[in-house]
Formats: sequence, structure tokens, C-alpha cells
Amino acid sequence: MSAVLRAQALGKRYKQRWALQNCDLDVPAGRVVGLVGPNGAGKSTLLNLASGMLTPTTGTIEVCGGRPATGPAQLAKVGFVAQDTPTYAALSIADHLRMGARLNLSWDNALARERIRRLGLNFKQRAGRLSGGQRAQLALTLGIAKRPELLILDEPVAALDPLARREFMQDLMEAVAEHELSVVLSSHLVSDVERACDYVIVLVDSRVQVAGDIDDLVACHHRLTGPRRDPDTLPAGQHVITASHTDRQTTLLVRTDTAVHDRSWTVSPLGLEDIVLAYMARPTDAVRDTRPALEVLR
Amino acid sequence: MIWLTWRQFRTQAAVAFAAVAAFAAALAVTGPQLADLYRTAGSSLVDQVSSSDQSVYYAGLLITLAAPAVIGMFWGAPLISRELETGTHYLAWNQGVTRTRWLASKLGLGAAAAMTVAGLTSLAVSWWSSPIDQAVNGGGATDTYFPRLDPVAFAARGVVPMAHAAFAFVLGVALGLVIRRTLPAMATTLVVYAAVQISVPLWLRPHLAATDRTTVPIEPGGAPISIQEGAQQIVTHPDVPGAWVTSQQTLNAAGQPVPVPSSFADCLRTESGPPTLQQFDRCLADLGALGYQQQVTYHPASNFWALQWAETGLHLGLALALTGFCAWWIRRRLT
Repeated sequence: MSAVLRAQALGKRYKQRWALQNCDLDVPAGRVVGLVGPNGAGKSTLLNLASGMLTPTTGTIEVCGGRPATGPAQLAKVGFVAQDTPTYAALSIADHLRMGARLNLSWDNALARERIRRLGLNFKQRAGRLSGGQRAQLALTLGIAKRPELLILDEPVAALDPLARREFMQDLMEAVAEHELSVVLSSHLVSDVERACDYVIVLVDSRVQVAGDIDDLVACHHRLTGPRRDPDTLPAGQHVITASHTDRQTTLLVRTDTAVHDRSWTVSPLGLEDIVLAYMARPTDAVRDTRPALEVLR
Repeated sequence: MIWLTWRQFRTQAAVAFAAVAAFAAALAVTGPQLADLYRTAGSSLVDQVSSSDQSVYYAGLLITLAAPAVIGMFWGAPLISRELETGTHYLAWNQGVTRTRWLASKLGLGAAAAMTVAGLTSLAVSWWSSPIDQAVNGGGATDTYFPRLDPVAFAARGVVPMAHAAFAFVLGVALGLVIRRTLPAMATTLVVYAAVQISVPLWLRPHLAATDRTTVPIEPGGAPISIQEGAQQIVTHPDVPGAWVTSQQTLNAAGQPVPVPSSFADCLRTESGPPTLQQFDRCLADLGALGYQQQVTYHPASNFWALQWAETGLHLGLALALTGFCAWWIRRRLT
């Protein structure tokens, strides 16, 4: 399957501070990708690099087979809903649709009007008077109606209340199913990603900690509980993500491609949230010394 | 893209053009009677202008001089900085139009509108003021009105305001692009534009066309003479109507440029208070008798259009250079 987003040694530095470093990614097409990580981890930077709003300091990034935002044809392939879903406050919804129609090669006006109507919005209403959720929906409509191959959303629901959040995600998922889009969306909440996505990228401290299919990730991560023991004595195929010890007991979170046969362990399954939190909690220096990114192979 | 640019710009454009139309209408009402007055009074018109027309004259100067600055501040500076501030550039740059084309359309339409507004204002003001300008250039003695070559009036006549407006607009856009915040960009635009408007007539404009030179004898009863800096400098006021004097130099008997001799200051010294008129005339006569003369460098009134076109070219060139800078910045630095 072709890659919708491919990054090699990608990095972005602002003056002295690296916002993203050593990022290698190969995201297959047709996926709904969740990009998770704490605030300030570099999620927005990565998405802005993918949309061409930023240019890399190091390395390369390719989106839908081309360098981002290099021309009208490339721009047409990618829809981007930026953080805080900016819209022109003084322009009406109808004006926004007209803008989309005039500024895009492939604009599906029927789709845009239908979405606005279904959302129950008034075409004459100024965008500045919309609620946060409505504005996000307008921005999403603009992103979808240009009929991109890839839709990128940067924290689209961060400012929304739980109900609007759920509605927005549901609506997004329907649109994705209907138009066969690839999607990359960022969130600092794992629950958003868990509900909507089938692929996850965990970004912590400007580095990719893990990236892969969610089902695969869940299948190959386990919690091992047993008598106290040094994690270094584990078999070679088992990588310890986090370890915690009490006087008598050791709890490990490991990644392994094979089954755990050691009878002394109690093996329990993990949810996506457990896995993501484990990667977030891990001291990042450890990663720096070993491998910059763990790629889960399928 | 032009549609979006126009849609975002149309309110400001409507306000500006309405203001220009209202002002032009006011000028159209009072203009013809001033022209009639010139037909009958000729150069002595300068003493017969009604006080209300005098106010209109100064209002015209002020408005035409201020128009480019206002355009730069209120059209240029917010044009992109407001998008950067509110994040709407994320929306605009992710449609199917490259940011270079986006910039080109914004700059193109904005500069065209700026030049039209300033051009129409200048046309109306130049037309209205032309009887007074002609009277001054024809030798009408006045301290009330400026020759149109004078730095005060020069930028409020002819084609120069259009170039100033284009320059101010692009300057505002460029500063907005770099500063990224609307209010600081507006303030900086005003400061930089004012600095340019002061520097150009002081140091650049005098050299934009060939000047004339005349040598005036230093004598009582000749061309009016005043002294500056405690009698260390002499300023003559030769009778060249409509001229813009750019520099003066005292010459000795051999025709060499020299400072005013200290004997002149000694001659003018008094126990207390300023020297009497008789004393002043006697000292001047002494200085003249030693062979001292005053050399005056000036642009004659006939240089008006040569200077207008040169100044226009200069500012359009600056505007183009800033346009190039904006294009480079938006592609290379704003990423």
C-alpha cells in the first residue's frame, strides 16, 4: 500500500529549541491516524510540516507523493484544519463556501451545502458569531469539500465541550467512510483517538516514541506481573517499556512479537490508553540512547 | 483569489472612496471661483484669497500629505498581520492557491486601490490649488502659500502622491509580515514612512534633477538677507519665483567658498539687544565692499515635473523592492 505520509530524519528547530527531531514515519494510505502526545510534544509542528505551513530544518517529508504545498496540484491533495479551526470572522458561511469554490480546483459545492444544511447552520451567518463547535464544523466542511486525498486536523476538538466533541468526531468518521479519505488528526486525549482511529503515533518530547496499527499495538504489548526480578533477565524479544517494583513484586510493561511463555508472570492485556501512557511516562533519555523510533511491523 | 481579496477589502475601499468623493465634491464647489479670481487678479490673487479658501488650501495639503501614511497604516499594515494574528492564513494557505499567488493578488489589488485613492485626491487638490500655485510661481509675494516645489507642497501635487501611497502600502504590508502583529505594525509603518518623508526632501530630492546657481551680491537694499547662528551664516532670499533653494554658500572676493568672516559678527555686536537696522545695513555694506558674495543653489519652478517623475520613480522602485522582499519572506521566512 502506498504511503500517505512519509518522513525521513525529519526535524524542525525554532531558534534554539528543537520542536521535532529524528522523525521517521511511513503512514499507509486509507488509515485514520491519531497523533497523540502531551502538550508541547511537537504534534502541531509535525502536522504543520505535513501541510506545508512549515518547512523542515532537517530531513524530508512527503505527503501523498509530493513535497507539501509546492503547487496548486499538491495543495489540492491535502486538506488542513488548523488548531483552533480559524475562519474569517467577518465572512458569512456562504462567503466561506464561495471562497472554497473560487480557490480550489476540485470543489464539491453540493457536498458543502448539504453538510451546512444538515448541521442546521444559516448560510448568512457570520463565522465570527458561530459557536466553537459550529466553527469547527465549518472548517471541517471546507476541508472535506475540497475533496482531498488526505485530511489533516490539528486538535480539532480541543476547544469543544464533550457533547460537541463526540458529535464532531462522529461526523468526521461518517465523512471519512463516505469519501474514503486518509486522515491524520492530533489530540492530547487518547480517548478521542481510541474512538476514531485505527493507527496511532505517539509523540513525546519532540520525538516519535511509537507508531503503528492500534490493533497490532494492543496485541503485542502486555503487562507482566510476578515476583520481584531484574528486567534485564528477560528473553531477547521482550522490550521493557516501563518497570515498577515493590519489595516482592515486579510489574513490567513489555512489547514482544511472540507470546510470553514464562509461567512465573501473570500476563494481562493492555488498552491503548495504558500503552500510550506508558510511552509518555517513559524517560525519553532512554530512547535517545537506543532507538529514536519503534516501528511496529505488521 | 481576486474574489476573496476583494471580499475582504471592499468595506475599507468603500470608506476611502466615499471620503475622497466627498472631499472632491467640496473642492469642486469652491474651485471655480478661485480660478475666476486668478483670471481677473493674476499674481496678486495671493492677497485676495478668502479665509475659507485659505483653510481649504491647507486642508488640501494636509489631506494629500496624510493620505499615503493613512493608507500604509490602515490598509497595508493589517493586510497580512491580521491574518497571522487570527490564524486565518492557515485557512487561506490551505486552499488550492499558493501563498505567492495569494500575496500577489492582495498586494496587486491593494496597491492599485491605494494609488487610485491618492491619485484622485492629488488630482482634485492640484486642480483646486492651481490658481494659487500659478500666482506664487508668477511672482505673487507671499508668506502664506508654498511654491509647489517647496517640500511642504511638493508631495501634495501631481503624480508623487500615487507613488508615495504605493510605497506606504507595501511598506505597511512588509512590516506587518515581519512584525506579525497589527498594532505594532501600524505604529512602525507610520514612523518609518514619516522618516522617509523627512529624509528624502532633506538629502535625496535635491539631487534628483539639475539645479541652477546664482550669485547674489551682499548689499543693503539688494535681495533680502537674514543671518543665522549668531551671524555665522548668511541667508539671502533671491527673487526667483517658485524656486526651491537647496543650499547657500558665502564666497570671498576670489569666488572661493568660505565661512562668513568673524569681522561681520564683530561689526554686528551691540552692548545689549539686537543690532539696529542702520548698523545691519552698514555691516552688510562693509562685507559687500570686501568682495563677499552669496551663492544660491536652487531648483527653478521649471524643474517641477522632472522632480515629480524622479520622485515617483524612486518610490515606485522602493515599493517594487519591498514587494520582492515580501514574496521572499512569505516563502522562506514564514515557515
